Amino acid sequence: MPDWFTLTATELQALQLSLSVALRSVLFNLLPAIAIAWLLTRRRFPGRLLLDAMVHLPLVLPPVVIGYLLLLLFGVRGPLGAWLQHAFDVRLVFTSTGAALATAVMSFPLMVRSMRIALENADGGLEEAARTLGASVMDRFCTITLPLMLPGVLAGVVTAFAAGLGEFGAVITFVGNIPGETQTLPLALYSALQTPDGDTHAVHLATLSCVLGLSGLVLAEWLARALRRYLGRTA
Amino acid sequence: MLTVQLRKRRSEFSLDLQFSVPESGVVALFGASGCGKSTTANLIAGLITPDSGFIQLGDEVLLDTAQNINQPAEQRRIGYVFQDARLFPHYTVEGNLRYGLQRARQQPVIKFDAVVTLLGLEPLLQRRPQQLSGGEKQRVALGRALLAQPRLLLLDEPLASLDQPRREEVLPYLERVRDQLKIPMVYISHQFEEVLRLATHVVLMQQGRTLAQGDLAAMSLEPALRGLIGAEALGAVVDGKVQEIDEYSRLARVALGNGHVSVDANQLQCGQRVRLQLLARDLILALSPPQGLSVRNMLQGVITRLTPDDRHATLVTVDVGGVMLIARITTSSADEMKLHDGLCIWILVKAVTLRGHVFASGDTRSV
Repeated sequence: MPDWFTLTATELQALQLSLSVALRSVLFNLLPAIAIAWLLTRRRFPGRLLLDAMVHLPLVLPPVVIGYLLLLLFGVRGPLGAWLQHAFDVRLVFTSTGAALATAVMSFPLMVRSMRIALENADGGLEEAARTLGASVMDRFCTITLPLMLPGVLAGVVTAFAAGLGEFGAVITFVGNIPGETQTLPLALYSALQTPDGDTHAVHLATLSCVLGLSGLVLAEWLARALRRYLGRTA
Repeated sequence: MLTVQLRKRRSEFSLDLQFSVPESGVVALFGASGCGKSTTANLIAGLITPDSGFIQLGDEVLLDTAQNINQPAEQRRIGYVFQDARLFPHYTVEGNLRYGLQRARQQPVIKFDAVVTLLGLEPLLQRRPQQLSGGEKQRVALGRALLAQPRLLLLDEPLASLDQPRREEVLPYLERVRDQLKIPMVYISHQFEEVLRLATHVVLMQQGRTLAQGDLAAMSLEPALRGLIGAEALGAVVDGKVQEIDEYSRLARVALGNGHVSVDANQLQCGQRVRLQLLARDLILALSPPQGLSVRNMLQGVITRLTPDDRHATLVTVDVGGVMLIARITTSSADEMKLHDGLCIWILVKAVTLRGHVFASGDTRSV
């Protein structure tokens, strides 16, 4: 009789690795995503449409293409990969840092989207008012824009984190499927499905993924509502 | 002086505006909705840049496209009160008020406590903007703009989003700011009532152009104004002094040119300077002093101008000992009476409307 309720060491390891990879990808994305969202909503410049399309590319491309492109760029013989190896002795291929990078690229559009919607809803007139009161660009951004887009930032972070836990295609293409190093939850699940008697593993890992994803989405929505109430708009 | 010259072309309309008014007092930019008033406000504040333009306030040039001078909005020190208040929802009322104060570049002259008292904001300080009524929001927005230590206060239809009772709640505070703080004000409005209450000077605007400019009394006689406010609202605005109050009838006698008129004495005091409006439709002209009439107010003057108004009516401007009044009578009466420039005439006034008190520029105090 298989044990349906206790996680094995391999499963725990995959969970831990997924959490770590997702967290690092979110931290890596946070500032660039805020900057890009601000650029896309508040500034008019040539090439804005192109930038917008580039940011959203991972949403429409097969993840395996992203993984392959990363491999070309950051592989041991890729231009950036060789440089990183030479200059900083950093290797991305087959490491969890590489998994975090692949996850970051995949979840970047999710973060930007969520922040962008928040920025579009934040009244630009308030920034104008702050300007007439003597606030410089940075000052306005920190005291007015950022607090007003905070619900979107938090929602974006939680959504990207939850999605990052389950990134499969780009990760397996770029960094492979190495237990303890790059084998995150979906990769472990994939391996379990490939092994005879892997059913218990598969059920555990699938359940875990569902619970994490669901909690992430509920938490994101709850946070956004709480913040919107705090900022004085109805949820 | 405040000198403004602005040119801005947009696909839907073009703005080509210039005016020059004394610094002290309130200049009203008056025109119908969509004549470019808000664009003008944003141009003066520096939120948008004109194709070409020049703005000088006192000795300082804020904008001169010919010299490549364009002070950014955050350095212009122009207090802007927006039509929609634009209070920061994540700050309390106090936080909103202090926002500009904390960023003021010089020692504050306008103090926090003074503004709170002047605008009656004490009970609101700990509230959030979303807990305020429309009128309260505008008072906070006014206070916030004042505390940024502006050298010019720009008000873009601050009462337009309020209903009539709420407007009456805010207007007295605007009068207080006008009378007690020595800050030049540009007041943008399409409500002539507000202009009558607050302005010392008026710039008439139509489709992005300046139609006429001058002090309020002169502008109230301006034929171009007739097109903007209609014949019914047209009437001379005059400033007078309360000479005496008849306690029995509760009527105040106000000196006006070479004569005087009586108005409702409600809340008036002897010696007070008041602003009156004599609507053109409420004036009756007579060639000789009439007798046996119920009308109490009678003045004598000389016709200075006859302007055809529409098919039926003529506008008659009369000099009553240095004060100009305007009457609207039927063209057939004007013909029968053989009215002409220089003719001596009697004016009967059916009603005089009190339009608040007068802004005395000599009587300014700093808070």
